[in-house]
Amino acid sequence: MADRFASPFEIETPDGAEGWQSLYSYSAVFSEERRDYEDGGFWFHDGVHWSEALTPWDAGVFEVAIASLGQYNTRHYLVPPAYGVDFRLLNGYVFLSPVPAPEADIEGRVPHFIERAGFYFANWDRLYDDWLVKVRSLVQQMSELDFSPLPEMEDMDVITSGAGRGSGDRLLSTYHRLLDSVVTLWQHHFEFLNLGYAAYLDFFGFCKAAFPSIPDLAIAKMVAGVDVDLFKPDDHLKSLARLAVSSGVDERFDGGSPEDVWAKLATDEPGQAWIAEWDKAAEPWFNFSTGSGFYHSDKIWIQNVEVPLGYITDYIVKVREGVDLNRPVAALHKERDRVVSEYRELLDSDEDREVFDAKLGLSRTVFPYVENHNFYVEHWAHSVIWRKMRELGGVLKGAGFLVEVDDVFMFRRSELTDVLFDLYAGWAVGAPSRGPAYWPKEIERRHAVHEALKGWSAPPALGVPPEVVTEPFTVMLWGITSDSVSAWLSSGDGAEDGVLSGFAASPGLVEGPARVISSADQIGEIQDGEILVAPLTAPSWAPVFGKIKATVTDVGGMMSHAAIVCREYGLPAVTGTAFGTKTITTGQMLRVDGNTGKVTILD
Amino acid sequence: MTECPSAIAFGALASEFHAQVGGKCASLGVMSQAGLPVPPGFAVTTRVFTDARAAADTMSQIKDLLADLDSSDNVALARAASRTRDLIRSWELPEEHERVIREMYADLCTLCGVDDVPVAVRSSATSEDSPDASFAGEHDTYLWVCGIEEVLEKIRACWASLYTDRAIVYRHEMGYDHADVDMAVAVQKMVRPRTAGVAFTLDPSNGDRSGICIDAAWGFGEGVVSGDVTPDNFLVDKVMWSINRRIISPKTHAHLLTDGAPGTHPTVERIELPEDQVLAPSLNDEEVLAIARLARTAEKHYGFAQDIEWAVDDDLPPGSDIVLLQARPETVWSKKRHTVSAKTDLVSSIVDTLVNPLYSRKGAQTA
Repeated sequence: MADRFASPFEIETPDGAEGWQSLYSYSAVFSEERRDYEDGGFWFHDGVHWSEALTPWDAGVFEVAIASLGQYNTRHYLVPPAYGVDFRLLNGYVFLSPVPAPEADIEGRVPHFIERAGFYFANWDRLYDDWLVKVRSLVQQMSELDFSPLPEMEDMDVITSGAGRGSGDRLLSTYHRLLDSVVTLWQHHFEFLNLGYAAYLDFFGFCKAAFPSIPDLAIAKMVAGVDVDLFKPDDHLKSLARLAVSSGVDERFDGGSPEDVWAKLATDEPGQAWIAEWDKAAEPWFNFSTGSGFYHSDKIWIQNVEVPLGYITDYIVKVREGVDLNRPVAALHKERDRVVSEYRELLDSDEDREVFDAKLGLSRTVFPYVENHNFYVEHWAHSVIWRKMRELGGVLKGAGFLVEVDDVFMFRRSELTDVLFDLYAGWAVGAPSRGPAYWPKEIERRHAVHEALKGWSAPPALGVPPEVVTEPFTVMLWGITSDSVSAWLSSGDGAEDGVLSGFAASPGLVEGPARVISSADQIGEIQDGEILVAPLTAPSWAPVFGKIKATVTDVGGMMSHAAIVCREYGLPAVTGTAFGTKTITTGQMLRVDGNTGKVTILD
Repeated sequence: MTECPSAIAFGALASEFHAQVGGKCASLGVMSQAGLPVPPGFAVTTRVFTDARAAADTMSQIKDLLADLDSSDNVALARAASRTRDLIRSWELPEEHERVIREMYADLCTLCGVDDVPVAVRSSATSEDSPDASFAGEHDTYLWVCGIEEVLEKIRACWASLYTDRAIVYRHEMGYDHADVDMAVAVQKMVRPRTAGVAFTLDPSNGDRSGICIDAAWGFGEGVVSGDVTPDNFLVDKVMWSINRRIISPKTHAHLLTDGAPGTHPTVERIELPEDQVLAPSLNDEEVLAIARLARTAEKHYGFAQDIEWAVDDDLPPGSDIVLLQARPETVWSKKRHTVSAKTDLVSSIVDTLVNPLYSRKGAQTA
């Protein structure tokens, strides 16, 4: 077994991607100046959130997100043993490195952590209520950002109101406000998450000490909520399917395009009533990404109505067959209570039971945030961000800077400030901007580089693995443990004997044919009774869980969003196999054991 | 009150008839009813005994034989006892009772899919003074009884064993009236295990109370108990019902039933196994879980950790082929207190969790 992974400095550039570094921030790539530090560290590929090569602007959001994560550990709560998680882009792919606090600082950080984290734990519910208000109002503000084209002539009221500023100023500052909003959003995102994980880990540790063999899954089950916001979009689809059948408009869902279906619905009162219900559900719940929410290219339901409409059409068939689509909420509650009371009963003393109750109580207090924030930030707020950027893309396309609206994501975050100034200056002076002659060619080059990067596949890790992986978020969220690191080291070529190992993320044992998909766009290919093999799954894939038998992912841990959803839908799942999509081909028979985390290729 | 039947299957033995089946059958009935499947069989109730006794009308003779007996006169005692037993073995079974017993045995053969299925026929004595009017080994047990005629004969032999020398002396010393003691009989299938072993309702390696630890090997459980076979080992979580550990061992030998010479009972011998059985799992997952659930049921029924012996009986239909042979309280870990060391101040405990992560600890702390 190798004792280290490849150095980031040994990784070759894929053909056709020469000069890829220019697509990203100068500080986000590995470089000679920091070589000693970078080459001595451990870097793992985060495919949970960023499974594909990023475009320049999306990469900017990634940098903001991970920097915010670190800030709360390092500067806000002073998590004693952990600083943040360092981040780099290599061939356009995300690599992360947990930074431990210096041994000498740990003790001094403890009293601060107790005081600061203690305040949050003691006031959690109130602070979380405030958080919901903050995030909703931030989304509202972002929705109101105005990226309209620069006018030929300023309106008269700019004159009569004595405003003393014009549309160019508005355009430049609106972009800055959007950038600031992205930072603020991610500041909010990590206000609770790190503490939530810490509280959960504490309960987790207690359970493991009490019951050394307790499955991780059992601990998750005791804490997990049943009425989670992440399931609301799917619940609304089901309600809409039921309404279509009960009001007799279900025949109009015939697989036609959204425009055709809507036109048929608009012809009478029951159809209009259905559209009204759709509109009510759509804001905010259909601001739901088909991916992790971190890519502008992920489809968002509200903008790709064919996606939720397809799900509704499938559900209508089930409603007609008399299938009960309701999630068995009462049964899930009952099962959760059973698991809790049985483990509790197995403890040896009343003191232990008291501690168990307190830790479980805190975990359940923090967990709704852990489960729900994802909808508000990654799905809802991000869909507004991508939408606003496309409005800006429209302005730039209109001014000849871009060929396609989506080309706006080929600019780096900060570069776009200069681009907009070029546009503004040309408009202000009444002379040609440089951009229309300069950018289309450059963006074409970047597209080609990005395409070449997309064809590369990132190794699971780089650099020198730590003795033992201890950073709690690395373990909880990314599922990186000492075990998975040694598995990667010993099986660089993937499966030995057709057996893959990962996390036992959701229980059950099934066999069936594999369906390997590499992106959400292929969801339509999935057939009944297949085993889904994907880089990762997204919460919005929930409706396909009614078709498939099991899920296998390359990335993710026990608490990855995919793991939470699979457990909810009672679907066996093995996450974090690292090589699943590279080893398995569509049509192969698989045995997926969600109890042990083993996936066996049977032929 | 329903009239007491001639014979009652263990699985249907309601408590109202416990008085008519004796202590041994009653406890088999209780286990069955509690969801702890014992090898199948039935109790021949004391009604059969008392009706046969009344019909034969030999009690006055027996009384005379045993009257004024000097229990220290071994020779006289043995002679009287032996004549008494001869009398009882000659009792006729009332027709209705015999019909029911024949039917019950035939049903047992059908259930097992074996003609003349081998059974154990055991005495199960009862009396008003003492519900279990016997001491261990006081009355007879007959193993490998095959065919209804032999079963009927051994039932009478069990009745007759009320009058062994020791039983007569025992009642004499306790001041019990011989006529007050009745005899029920248990007719129970001999187990022919495909696989057998033990199960603990905790993990013996660390005392983890959430685990059920199963050792299993081919054939009879003797090899597992004595340790001359390396068993397969399974660990099942008793809340989630997941199999958290599977160790398939090379099981080179097994204790298997071997036919003796004609006219003798089969015996259990340690035999070398063919290649294809050595590394094959001796239980499939469904069986592992069924045994674990059985062990958990026993633990809940008795209220503390159990050490049980079980077998998968080859003669019984899949799904109901696992039987419990023995259940004892576990004695090693049950005496230890396993307290999780933890601070009650939540935030300090979180600090501890963060600074000393679980993943860097070696094993869990056990007190």
